[in-house]
Amino acid sequence: MKRGGVIWSWFWMILGILYFFLPLLATFIFSLKAVKDVYSFKAYANVFSDPAFQLRFPASILWSVLTIIAAILIFVPTAYWVRLKVPKIRPVVELITLLPFVVPAIVYVFGLVRTYSQPPLLIVNSPGLLVAGYTVLSMPYMYRAIDTGLRAIDVQTLTEAAQSLGAGWGTIMFRVIFPNVRVSILSGAFLSFAIVMGEYTLAQYLAKPAFAPYIALLIQNKAYEPAAATIISFALIWACMGIIQVIGGEEQGGQIAGGH
Amino acid sequence: MSQVEKRDAPKARPVSQMSLAWLGVLPFFVFAFLFLLYPSSTIVVRTFQDAETGNFTIKNLLKLLSDPYVLGAYWLSIKISIVTALGGAIFGFLLAYAAIRGGLPRFMRSSLMTFSGVASNFAGVPLAFAFIALLSPTGMLTNWLKAVGFNIYDYGFTLFKFWGLSLVYMYFQFPLMVLIITPAIDGLRREWVEASENLGATTFQYWRYVAFPILLPSLMGCTILLFGNAFGAFATAQALTGGSAMNLATIVIGSQLRGDVLGDPGLGYAVAFGMVIVMTVVMVGYSVLQRRAERWLK
Repeated sequence: MKRGGVIWSWFWMILGILYFFLPLLATFIFSLKAVKDVYSFKAYANVFSDPAFQLRFPASILWSVLTIIAAILIFVPTAYWVRLKVPKIRPVVELITLLPFVVPAIVYVFGLVRTYSQPPLLIVNSPGLLVAGYTVLSMPYMYRAIDTGLRAIDVQTLTEAAQSLGAGWGTIMFRVIFPNVRVSILSGAFLSFAIVMGEYTLAQYLAKPAFAPYIALLIQNKAYEPAAATIISFALIWACMGIIQVIGGEEQGGQIAGGH
Repeated sequence: MSQVEKRDAPKARPVSQMSLAWLGVLPFFVFAFLFLLYPSSTIVVRTFQDAETGNFTIKNLLKLLSDPYVLGAYWLSIKISIVTALGGAIFGFLLAYAAIRGGLPRFMRSSLMTFSGVASNFAGVPLAFAFIALLSPTGMLTNWLKAVGFNIYDYGFTLFKFWGLSLVYMYFQFPLMVLIITPAIDGLRREWVEASENLGATTFQYWRYVAFPILLPSLMGCTILLFGNAFGAFATAQALTGGSAMNLATIVIGSQLRGDVLGDPGLGYAVAFGMVIVMTVVMVGYSVLQRRAERWLK
């Protein structure tokens, strides 16, 4: 690369940095202006003391945690079992785990609502359906993260070693496999956490309390509070990504974007 | 010869072993069926079903292809997806190339990757608000530009229409490009630059005859994926425009779900079905091109 090239590199980089930070800066400054003529954290205080926030923010945390638990319980044993016993079925499982990319969230929730709001299968109001939906949305990230983790360990040998020491399937799963793919599970889990915390579409159309629909409501009714909520939301994503980097490094997880 | 009866070796429980092995993946398939395959198949089935009689019909699809409102929504979705996919791909590629091969300090690369991971996930409602704070008629940048005598709203710009929404989409498009094009840029070997320089090639010739042809499948694949990324986006547009100013295909499905705005349930399914078809084409195109691209990545 010649000298001119470096200047261009800086040019694009600075443009990228501006694109990245300007909207956040604008939001942050705006969030401090709730009290006239002074900068204050009043908007944040308002958000934190809002009963609607106190209901919906913890609700989103609950959905995230339940989603992560469900995802771990379903995907780790499946990915393990596919590698160990039924490798033939692997392409089918992989295809299914990628399907959520083909069905946009709004189309997916459309299908869910229309399928499960008729008498024989009237579960549209169940919180379980929302968690199941989020588990589906997290599947491409979670399953691939776990599968990548399993690739790095010798599943066959570990299993045989454990079996020859008299371990049952439960022991193998929880004391051999889980600890060995802990890093992958964690990076998948934090990515899922970030996605569910910011997810709007499913929560909105399944009519469940959640953080993103709450922000949408704030945008319509308030001026400074949505700015504060946006900053909170951004801080959450940043924290999740930071944790993923620290525990796994940038190659782990192969993350792609969540629901837009 | 005849007394040698050909028989398989005695099977020590292999049959039951096999069925047991299948049982292990059963929970996954039950889960996938109940919450992914079955609800998705509902959309497909009802697209080809008469809403009243339940008989097979292709009338819903025919209506989809002749309804100006729905076609307009698709067209708008496609336009914004093309614009932001091309914009995001070009800008994302330039950024990634600058950080990886542009002679910048090494920490720029890892910072860019972190930022991209964050930004590509910072989407939907909060993203919409961040741009409202920046570029709405009273936004920060709007005010700054006004202060130097340049009111963008006098020049036809509005955040809540096509170009405004495109600008917002770009916020998650170019970081995604950075993330997915990075392996391809890493795959460009330095020896190739040296080899072409030794043969007397100019920088332009190196790009024209070496780097660009190698990168082309990756670039096309990633651009297609970005197209799909924008095409399926809903929350961002809904939060930014309140679902009225921009009638995207996803917005139409959202309104149809709240109440039968199309006045035709069958047509609603067809709109959703059409989106799945477009996304399938996108994903297949992406994976085909990705496979071609991998030939050069060792």
